[in-house]
Amino acid sequence: MTTTAQPAASAGPATPEDPAEALQAAFDAAVATDSRIEPRDWMPDAYRSTLVRQMAQHAHSEIIGMQPEANWITRAPSLRRKAILMAKVQDEAGHGLYLYSATETLGVSRDDLLDKLHAGRQRYSSIFNYPTLTWADVGAIGWLVDGAAITNQVPLCRCSYGPYASAMVRICKEESFHQRQGYELLLALSRGTPAQHAMAQDAVNRWWWPSLMMFGPPDDESSHSAQSMAWKIKRHSNDELRRRFVDICVPQAEALGLTLPDPDLRWNESRGSYDHGPVDWTEFQEVLRGNGPCNEQRLTRRRTAHENGAWVREAAVAYAAKHGEGRA
Amino acid sequence: MSEPTAGSEAWPLWEVFVRGRRGLSHTHAGSLHAPDAHMALRNARDLYTRRAEGVSIWVVPSAAVTASSPDEKDPFFDPAADKPYRHPTFYEIPEGVKHL
Repeated sequence: MTTTAQPAASAGPATPEDPAEALQAAFDAAVATDSRIEPRDWMPDAYRSTLVRQMAQHAHSEIIGMQPEANWITRAPSLRRKAILMAKVQDEAGHGLYLYSATETLGVSRDDLLDKLHAGRQRYSSIFNYPTLTWADVGAIGWLVDGAAITNQVPLCRCSYGPYASAMVRICKEESFHQRQGYELLLALSRGTPAQHAMAQDAVNRWWWPSLMMFGPPDDESSHSAQSMAWKIKRHSNDELRRRFVDICVPQAEALGLTLPDPDLRWNESRGSYDHGPVDWTEFQEVLRGNGPCNEQRLTRRRTAHENGAWVREAAVAYAAKHGEGRA
Repeated sequence: MSEPTAGSEAWPLWEVFVRGRRGLSHTHAGSLHAPDAHMALRNARDLYTRRAEGVSIWVVPSAAVTASSPDEKDPFFDPAADKPYRHPTFYEIPEGVKHL
């Protein structure tokens, strides 16, 4: 159930302890035993606001993420590729809706979240502020960006907040197609003409580092990590997930016949994992601050789409009113 | 903020139930905003059955749902907690007795 955000104070007999402490204890116990927190349970205000921030940002990322790929729908090289790309972009819209619904269970409204996105007061993933310059970028996004997203999202399926976790289960199932279609697309290009191979390599060169940034700042600089881990919203640290992603990608790049643009990338025998070169966190901060290549374009496009759709939303309400239904 | 526009707040919330295939019950899939029941069904089809996950959909206004308290210590569920004899595993049956 998703409508009521505020818990009713327990109506049972008064406990001997302080009621506030009892609520906190029940919450802590649920988190400690890997139970799930549900919308009408009592939860600390900071837990609620952390979830709203993270889930809204996640929802916004899904719908802003439609733009870079939609850019190529009309120019997809075959009907097969066009149908795939349309299905993928439609999925991103769906993922946005699952996540907005889940966020609304915390007592916020989707309209309010969209207003905050449009006003630049809530963020979306910085990855979507990079342009899609060639068709190969559609492949690189599927393989690397969706691949990084999956690495981040699989642990979120066990997030302590029930509605977020269940939205992630559905999303992860669907993301797997996104990643595979991207990989297949890059493979076709990599095995194609020398020009196609070069186009695939160029796309990987441009998307590799921004994909590594998707895991967020290094652990010692990540402001929200420790508390989120304690609340079991987050299950693994940024650096841990980033390393996991790199380890997965290296053999996949080899199978593609493409290289990853990092001269420092090498196997570390003692850790049983790859070492990678330094991420340019200055670039990350710049893009976060709004100075990426496409920040302005993405947000303007989103606002325009929202404003241009206003008459449709109004007409639908007028129609429902006229036919006397929908006023639930 | 510009002039008031009709957003999802003007659109009520609906709970969506999907029957995966014939012979199964409808199960809760999630919720969505829609201006009326007809649009809620169409939106539910696009949102929750893009991969043939359903053969039938129900939409119910969220406001029409009456819910129990989520607190698992709620006395509402107490009557069931101390009656293990309602489960077949409560009963000891001699070794070798079949079809029981």
